[in-house]
Amino acid sequence: MAVTQEMPPRSGLRTDTAVRSRRGGWGHETLMGSLMVTPAVLLLIVFFFIPVALCFALAFTNARLISPEPARIIGFENFSRLFGDPLFWKSLRNTFYFAVVVVPLQSGFALLLALLVNARIRGVNFFRTLYFVPVVTSIVVVSILWRFMYQPDGLVNSMLQALSFNVIQGTDWLNNPAAAMPAIMFMSIWQAVGFHMVIWLSGLQTIPGELYEAAELDGAGKWQQFRYVTWPGLKATRTFILVTITIAALSLFAQINIMTQGGPLDATSTMVFQAVRVGYGQQETAYASTISLVFFVLVLAVSLVQRYLTRERG
Amino acid sequence: MRWRRPRPLAWASVMVLAAVLVLAGCGGRAPSGGGGGGGDGGELTLWTHNAGNKEELAVVNQIVSDFNASQTTHQVKVQAFPQAAYNDAVTAAATARKLPCILDVDAPIVPNWAWAGYLAKLDLPQEMVDKHLPSTLGKWKDELYSIGLYDAALGLFARKSALDAAGVRVATVDQPWTSQEFTQALEKIKASGKFSYVLDLGTGDPVPEWWTYAYSPFLQSFGGDLIDRNTYTTASGVLNGDKAMAWANWLQGLVRNKYTPAKSGTDAFADFVNGKSAMVWSGIWNAGNLEKVKDGVVMPPPDFGTGPKIGGGSWQWAISSGCGNTAGALEYIKFSMNPKYLSAFATKQNVIPATEEAAAITPGWKQGEPKRFFLEESKQFALIRPPTPAYPYITTTFAKAAQDIVAGGDAKKILDQAASDIDQNLKSNDNYGF
Repeated sequence: MAVTQEMPPRSGLRTDTAVRSRRGGWGHETLMGSLMVTPAVLLLIVFFFIPVALCFALAFTNARLISPEPARIIGFENFSRLFGDPLFWKSLRNTFYFAVVVVPLQSGFALLLALLVNARIRGVNFFRTLYFVPVVTSIVVVSILWRFMYQPDGLVNSMLQALSFNVIQGTDWLNNPAAAMPAIMFMSIWQAVGFHMVIWLSGLQTIPGELYEAAELDGAGKWQQFRYVTWPGLKATRTFILVTITIAALSLFAQINIMTQGGPLDATSTMVFQAVRVGYGQQETAYASTISLVFFVLVLAVSLVQRYLTRERG
Repeated sequence: MRWRRPRPLAWASVMVLAAVLVLAGCGGRAPSGGGGGGGDGGELTLWTHNAGNKEELAVVNQIVSDFNASQTTHQVKVQAFPQAAYNDAVTAAATARKLPCILDVDAPIVPNWAWAGYLAKLDLPQEMVDKHLPSTLGKWKDELYSIGLYDAALGLFARKSALDAAGVRVATVDQPWTSQEFTQALEKIKASGKFSYVLDLGTGDPVPEWWTYAYSPFLQSFGGDLIDRNTYTTASGVLNGDKAMAWANWLQGLVRNKYTPAKSGTDAFADFVNGKSAMVWSGIWNAGNLEKVKDGVVMPPPDFGTGPKIGGGSWQWAISSGCGNTAGALEYIKFSMNPKYLSAFATKQNVIPATEEAAAITPGWKQGEPKRFFLEESKQFALIRPPTPAYPYITTTFAKAAQDIVAGGDAKKILDQAASDIDQNLKSNDNYGF
């Protein structure tokens, strides 16, 4: 999850500290800085580094949530069990299925919306707010509402019927193994697209207007302007959006937990959902740690590949 | 960002702040003798799961205030939790050694918590224990760890008019439906065409425990089970044998033939009251709502081969192992076993009183009275869920298997996987001491 935005080096500051450390003195600034960073560091240590370290260690034991027996080290037994577990492979496939569909659709759709609301027309703020409303609504609330909407006699099917003059009947969306995951994808994209629209929008607004004016003078059409001015200008934003959407998509959990509990027939079971179910519901802490460890490695690998593909060349 | 050498003062400030935080955290903690549990200084803490259930909580509060007024040595303090968060709270408190002295436990989890060392043995006089329905006793390795003041039961709630119109007799505890009669009843009621569904099984509830509580008794009636109760060391053969397959095919058939919805509405009983279904598989807690149907009857489940079966065991009372005042806690539990309190639970909450003494003083529960059905049904057909520490694993595994079966999956594959998962869990826990 290491998404560090490259900051332009501020030369003034660097010389300043360099001078100070040569002097060996202690500036007020350094002290204040350490104090301010302390709460965040402590929280990170307690709620991130320690759990991650524990997770790595527990994956090689038989630790259980409740047990009078102390945990003992069992080597790679959890891993061999995991790789022989059909539910794990299914969860892995579902996780990547979700990511492969959601990442391009959500980022593309968000860009489209951003281009639309970037236009200088009256009432554009209204549309910006409108698209952003689902983002500020809790995913739990959204999931509960959509669960009702997806019922056989729910809003979605009624609308489909009304709009298609009864040609399309719809299905029991969340109880149809083929339809459940696409239904959750659709809802997830609808919910999160506004957030990435705002990020794209901020990227669009960093592109200087003169570039477009120059392009227009050179006789570039709308598409050429997008292709040669907008798209290159969004490089940093693109990388950020790609990495954040991918990570968010891979850690799909809340929607599943509320809407389908992994069903029907494991069609919506994801890795994080399986880890939580195994770790809490089934009390198998060590096995859940193994799933989390494998998940961590996978996410890290995907992020590294993305970093490599979107690296600064030259 | 470049890593810089740590600076002593910065680190010192981090350490000081950390120390302050740790000390502040410790300051609020009262010293508790014997590794937590409370019970020192005459005050006993009691945890209960029913913060969301006003009627039940009112009875608990009544017992506690009567107990506190009846003597001066011990004072009990009630802390109520919402049911959904209760088991997590207990597990967390047990890990932190901060369990209260007295707590209520859902019956099937008692062996798990006893095995884990959370609970102390209940040293109650045998003659008090003997009066209670067997399904209200929480045992592990032949020792009593918990006792229930009531039990719950499931039943087939039906409209008598629908049965009469289809020419089907009303089943009773003495003469339950046979498997054949049940199939015919479904066919005939369906043929009458008056209901969207003949029998609503209540599959809209995603909570795993409901699935095990509601549908594993059918499996047991077919002759299968969740685990081999002779050895408690394997599920193979009983959970995926021929009889279990017969159960799975039957369950899938109900959905396939549209007798029951694959996923019921949020409140299956309300759908029944509103005339969507002719019968509903539901609990005694809806016995009060049955009056909304003018010709409502309640029947036992059919006999699929080894007799009708329903799940036994509801919430029960226990004492934590870390309790510093076991004698006081035990005194409270004895006090709460007074028939008048059992009767109060039965009346206010629609549950089965745990003893005949209590039933005798509860309106509606005497011989021949309407609610008596549930007591007879419970006495004759209740089978407790497997009393093994593996239960939390078994129930989640079974619930998932049952959900997959109802969703139309390959029953043989699902049950084989469930049995092998349970066996794997048993093995990795050295069979939990069996």
